[in-house]
Amino acid sequence: MGSLQNLSETWIYLSASPLFHLTLTLVAFQAAAWLFEKGGRNPLLNPVMVAVVIIVIVLSATGTSYASYFEGAQFVHFLLGPATVALAVPLYRQWHVVKRSGVAIAISLLCGSLTAIATSVAMAWLLGATPEIMATIAPKSVTAPVAMAIAEEIGGLPSVTAVLVILTGIIGAMFGTMVLNACRVRPWTARGLAMGTASHGIGTARALQVNETAGAFSGLAMGLNALATAILLPILWGLVFR
Amino acid sequence: MLTYLTLIFACQLLGELLVGALALPIPGPVVGMVLMFVFLLIRGHVPEDLGRVTAGLLGTMSLLFVPAGTGVMLHFHLLGEAALPLGAGLLVSTLATIAVTGVLMAWLGAERSDG
Repeated sequence: MGSLQNLSETWIYLSASPLFHLTLTLVAFQAAAWLFEKGGRNPLLNPVMVAVVIIVIVLSATGTSYASYFEGAQFVHFLLGPATVALAVPLYRQWHVVKRSGVAIAISLLCGSLTAIATSVAMAWLLGATPEIMATIAPKSVTAPVAMAIAEEIGGLPSVTAVLVILTGIIGAMFGTMVLNACRVRPWTARGLAMGTASHGIGTARALQVNETAGAFSGLAMGLNALATAILLPILWGLVFR
Repeated sequence: MLTYLTLIFACQLLGELLVGALALPIPGPVVGMVLMFVFLLIRGHVPEDLGRVTAGLLGTMSLLFVPAGTGVMLHFHLLGEAALPLGAGLLVSTLATIAVTGVLMAWLGAERSDG
């Protein structure tokens, strides 16, 4: 009886500690990764998406706020920065290929970047979105910190943009292979560039799992598209909406 | 190992400092990636230990997006209200961007990268 009470007191203490939510994040992701493998790597079982669903269910069931979850999960989140720096390594290993196709990369990336902006805003507009929602979705293909800054600048909601960015990454990771196969895009350089331009780091993480050349080009595209969108989008927005 | 982990953090830190000081429109870690790339160009090869550290970081990169993704729970209400324009916008735009970029790059890069 006494030990049971100790257990429940310890549980109350631990469930509020950062360690619990850090462990929850790792366990949920590994369960999701296991499911992804079991399901024959079916893109619909994208591990990021499944892990998020598991965690949201656990947090809702236990009445935990996102803020207290993030106190533990921030240690995982923090590693995004170092992982981005680490992308220099695959890029360096593929540099001889990148150098040879500089013009092709520049043109493809620029057109991809404009497509990402124009189609997201056009679809939202066609389906009756408010200008605020259009400004929130416009930078969705760019890595989260840049997308949030751009959304703020053009009058969107930065915290919602962060969520749309993640969803865009998941959509790209889920359906990217399918689209590229349907369009008969075979070179790993082109497949990687497409993933990184459309779906930033999550697309890059997916591309790295498949092929190192694709991963390097995806990481490169992620960085370049962040730069291109940060410069282009505020200018375009000013031309069209003012 | 520790040396290169330190180097990675140092590149990111320096990147953040440069972004702040020069008011660059890109995030610190992306500038850090450029700095690390310059280091590799000067070094002329990827040191074995650096390769091991980065393989560890990049091998589990998907995991690192989970905490930010869980932030979706903060916006269920708004996402529900604008579900159609947002959902259709994200889906159509992401797939179109992948198709346009991939097809252009495969076409423009073809003659050169085959060799």
